[in-house]
Amino acid sequence: MNAATDTIRFENVSKFYGEVLGVNRITLRLEPGVTTLVGPNGSGKTTLMNLMTGLVQPSRGEVSVLGLKPSNATEFFCNVGYCAQFDSFPRGLTGFQFVLDSLMLFGMSDEDAHGLAVEALERVQLDAAAAHRKIAGYSKGMRQKVRLAQAVAHHPRVLVLDEPLNGLDPMARAESLALFQELGRQGMHVVISSHILDEVDRVSDRVVLITGGYLIAQGNIHEVRQEVRDKPMQLLVRCDSPELLASKMFAVNHCVEARLHADGRGVFVRTGDVDQFYRILNEIAVEGLVKIEAVAPFDDNANAIYQYLIGSEGGTV
Amino acid sequence: MTEFVATIGNLRQQPWSLWWVQFRRFARIEIRRNLFTRRAWWIYFLAFVPALIILVHLLVDAHRGNADVSEDTQVLAGIVQLYYVRLGIFFGCLGIFSRLIRGEMIERSLHYYLLSPVRRELILLSKFFAGAVSSVVLFGGAVLLDFVLMYVGYGAAGRDYMMHGQGFGQIEAYLLITVLACLGYGSIFLLLSLIFRNPMPGALLLWGWEAINPVMPSLLQKLSVASYLRHLMPVSVPAEGIFALLTVETEPVSAWVAVLGLLVLIALVLVYTCYRMRRLEIRYMTD
Repeated sequence: MNAATDTIRFENVSKFYGEVLGVNRITLRLEPGVTTLVGPNGSGKTTLMNLMTGLVQPSRGEVSVLGLKPSNATEFFCNVGYCAQFDSFPRGLTGFQFVLDSLMLFGMSDEDAHGLAVEALERVQLDAAAAHRKIAGYSKGMRQKVRLAQAVAHHPRVLVLDEPLNGLDPMARAESLALFQELGRQGMHVVISSHILDEVDRVSDRVVLITGGYLIAQGNIHEVRQEVRDKPMQLLVRCDSPELLASKMFAVNHCVEARLHADGRGVFVRTGDVDQFYRILNEIAVEGLVKIEAVAPFDDNANAIYQYLIGSEGGTV
Repeated sequence: MTEFVATIGNLRQQPWSLWWVQFRRFARIEIRRNLFTRRAWWIYFLAFVPALIILVHLLVDAHRGNADVSEDTQVLAGIVQLYYVRLGIFFGCLGIFSRLIRGEMIERSLHYYLLSPVRRELILLSKFFAGAVSSVVLFGGAVLLDFVLMYVGYGAAGRDYMMHGQGFGQIEAYLLITVLACLGYGSIFLLLSLIFRNPMPGALLLWGWEAINPVMPSLLQKLSVASYLRHLMPVSVPAEGIFALLTVETEPVSAWVAVLGLLVLIALVLVYTCYRMRRLEIRYMTD
């Protein structure tokens, strides 16, 4: 399989809605795995997803998904499933009929479509009794589940999910995230946009940060964090003598802050030079005065990175 | 020659059986929606209100010795030309065809179709087919019922007129006119609904255009559905007073030319509608 048929590609893509900018000059290559699109409302996340699936067409540039174009609908949508954010359905259908009707358009037999519909609804944990009730009577969470079931039912290789956790209770969110992670591990492309960053962050292999229609950063969360050179990185060091460690850290130039953890068993350190920090920490450990138990980046997540890069609260994205 | 052979070979490689399955599935869903939902009641009313009036006449004002078949034939011709072609089918098709795509946009469910493994042209054509079947069933059925009710009161003479006399040829012509009117207006309203968020102003302009078309140059007369249909009318209706606005007087052409001309017009409109469908974008916020 060559790179073009295994990646989602945006080549210098721009989209304008009249005079309004949707996205501008996006060049992006997404590998298999879970990718999270992060950005505030109106930043262009949905436009990127709609461009990927052909719901809108680029004003400039080219988009291809696994080497396919949406204009070749038959092949394209056998490989792509899109759970859009529009909370609406064709009238008068039950959840099961909705998923079944979608599957029948793939030209499969009644029996096969029936089997896949049942499997998809089980996958999203929508119980059988609810699946046979009219969608009009569903809660928001159930509607979200049935849309997700419709998107995954035909076993696509690319799954695009626009705010898939909206309306789900914590348990359902955790189950959905586990499903996305499992699909990503199986080699699928799972592209998610979500404002619940803390949760999607844990299952994402990479993030794409956009704002105002422009791509700001992309890649593995840790790599992106490393790229933010002008912002000190915050780390939590667990040790037996946090006060001593804090005093030693204050003595070096690159350390801009050292603060005791509330439980008294660790120190938050903000450093402008991570490499130097680790070198000095190793020296302190070798001296044997402080017993280091654990070191972990504390702001190495999409939310913090987003705040650094864009300057707004990531949680409201 | 080799290009022609390659084109044929390419056509044969297309997934026709899958397209046929998809076409039938879309058409079935859409026909069910058009004919068996509460929203369709007013189109039933438009189609069957003349039959209701004729039935009332038949019951209250039963044919007696002074009844005249030729007079009722004129009345029926007037109903088809003045009511069905210019009002009933026109607005009925507006209701049916403009809903096919625009209605889905208003309900925010069109994206499910556009995200399915179905060519957009196929979605459009299957919806058009479903609209055509629905409108022809409704209005064709209504015209047939009008015809039967109009002559059934004459007893054996009426039955003879319908089955063996001039009546049979007339109903054939009326049904052909109904089918062509549904296809012609349907294709235009489908296109209008793709171009405009609210197709009503465009439809009213078309209605006005159909009214003033007879006074237009002959070239422009070819861009009117009603002007083609007029040549197929088996009985002419004298245009007098206010009714002159609803009738169409055009240069005489043969029935075959009229049918072919209208079919070409429908085909052109559908080709352009398919082009618009391919370029359609989902932006519910602005729709």
